Amino acid sequence: MPDMILARLKRLAPQLIALALVLAANGLVSPNFFDLTWANGRLYGSLIDVLNRGAPVALLAIGMTLVIATKGIDLSVGATMAICGAVAASLVAEGQPLAVALVAALGVGLLCGLWNGFLVAILQLQPIVATLILMVAGRGIAQLVTEGVILTFNDPGFAFLGSGNLLGLPTPVILWLAVALIVGVIVRRSALGLLVEAIGVNRRASALAGVKTRFLVISVYLVSGLCAAVAGLIVTADIRGADANNAGLWLELDAILAVVVGGTSLLGGRFSILASLIGAMIIQSINTGILLAGFPPEFNLIIKAGIIVAILALQSPALGSLWAFLRPAPRSPTPAAPDKKELVAR
Amino acid sequence: MKLRRLAVLSAAFATLAATTVAASAITVGFSQIGSESGWRAAETTVTRQEAEKRGIDLKFADAQQKQENQIKAIRSFIAQGVDAILVAPVVATGWDAVLEEAKDADIPVVLLDRTVDSDKSLYLTAVTSDLVHEGKVAGEWLAKDVGDKPCNVVELQGTTGSSPAIDRKKGFEEGIAGHDNIKITRSQTGDFTRTKGKEVMESFLRAEDGGKNICAVYAHNDDMAVGAIQAIKEAGLKPGTDIKVVSIDAVPDIFLAMEAGEANATVELTPNMAGPAFDALKAYMDNGTEPPKWIQTESKLYTQSDDPKAVYEAKKDLGY
Repeated sequence: MPDMILARLKRLAPQLIALALVLAANGLVSPNFFDLTWANGRLYGSLIDVLNRGAPVALLAIGMTLVIATKGIDLSVGATMAICGAVAASLVAEGQPLAVALVAALGVGLLCGLWNGFLVAILQLQPIVATLILMVAGRGIAQLVTEGVILTFNDPGFAFLGSGNLLGLPTPVILWLAVALIVGVIVRRSALGLLVEAIGVNRRASALAGVKTRFLVISVYLVSGLCAAVAGLIVTADIRGADANNAGLWLELDAILAVVVGGTSLLGGRFSILASLIGAMIIQSINTGILLAGFPPEFNLIIKAGIIVAILALQSPALGSLWAFLRPAPRSPTPAAPDKKELVAR
Repeated sequence: MKLRRLAVLSAAFATLAATTVAASAITVGFSQIGSESGWRAAETTVTRQEAEKRGIDLKFADAQQKQENQIKAIRSFIAQGVDAILVAPVVATGWDAVLEEAKDADIPVVLLDRTVDSDKSLYLTAVTSDLVHEGKVAGEWLAKDVGDKPCNVVELQGTTGSSPAIDRKKGFEEGIAGHDNIKITRSQTGDFTRTKGKEVMESFLRAEDGGKNICAVYAHNDDMAVGAIQAIKEAGLKPGTDIKVVSIDAVPDIFLAMEAGEANATVELTPNMAGPAFDALKAYMDNGTEPPKWIQTESKLYTQSDDPKAVYEAKKDLGY
């Protein structure tokens, strides 16, 4: 068991180190970054802000990880967020009960996922093209729902999803942790995760081996749509209004970035939801750090890009082999190697 | 002799016909960019209302954010022989040829809300707001409101590099110039959206000792101000009293906030660009008065004492 944890940690090491470095840098630019205070029944502090503001990207990253593990990609999640937020806001504004609005929004999210899954799994379109359709059309659909205005509402129950507290934390934090836990348990405590990886490595071979590839591919897009729906509900509840133009705009790119920073390959296969979530937190830590630092906004994107490049470069295999090449040769020929083998054997 | 009488008669008829047409219905073509924002939708609504008020027959063309659609629309207006054309140009360049065609057809063109880089002789006039002036009005209001007390202002900028963001920042700085008690302590982009406005305001509050060091927030548009107001409330402070809120645009929702005492002032970017344009066109057609090449719309300041509820009611159905 300890070995498993050690192997886990080794897999997550680059992400954890990157996160620690970014957080340390934030501590430097903003001295009270790590301060936590308790007020009005919840924790306050920049770290909590990171967890809270990172919620949409974290949620999207959960679904995106599974999609990418099947060698797919889902560009439509930002637009799906906008549609689901618009649906929920318009129903609540019409005076429908909150439960109806939430169920409808989640249902629309699943519908978006089903559409993508149908295009990818049944019509065999390339995922990037298939999901691009909804990415472009989705915002138009959301605009139709809101009739082109920012649709505001005054339902405290719905607003609670975006700005309330639960167990001493902002509700969005609890929501994304819960979704991550549920999805994580389902894919890792069953064979589903392995089957998803198999599809990503070789779809035809896994189909021949008896894996229901069509069903599984549709399912991962459904999960992605559902995660996007929850994210859409959170951003809509947060500002108490559905902004069809801007809700979730470009977040699909941040979600893909989170997955990549988390070390999951865009070529499919092995994945780690936990690593993607750490990736999402790295991205949000950078965003929050930039806001706290007080640099002129012209530098925002340059700083973000620079840090991301550095993190990705650290993970690149080419740099790894360069390091192995440049590393001073061990004094005695092979003392380290057997140790390692021993460890694995144990 | 007979021939001459006929000529006089027909000339008289022609004049009569021309005057009746001019008096009864002027036809104006309006090429709108599209409906990318609530303000744009409101501009379309107000243009229709202003045309109706004046008995003008308005032909409307939505370009869906594409210049080629606008050029097509203008060409079709010329072909239909309209009396004048209004254009809200989506970009500044590439209008020379089509404006030339309108000029050759003797159809005056009025630019709405944005300008183009073509020669000034190619259009009658441009009706736009002055973005720098808007920022200045906001800055002057704050300077007057705080008086001699020290005041640290945080600024929510528009999208980095966009002309409203640059000009409204510049104008505000001009407005508070000479008041050394007012300082902009933090300035960050909120991308003109509520979500980003809220997130950035949260970080400002965090960085400035929970907001104790902030006396006012200046937002480049009302949407960011609405987001900032929520962030201030969630931090346990009172927007409008603990932290003053001043912004630009005057969209309906900010008047609700003002009514609730949560916003202090907004500067209107009027959606009524067509009214002044129609007036200039009428003067030009009736007695050939050449309007100035730039007609600046009023940047009206609204505060809590301007009956925000009534303004909200008047504005809410304009399509914002």
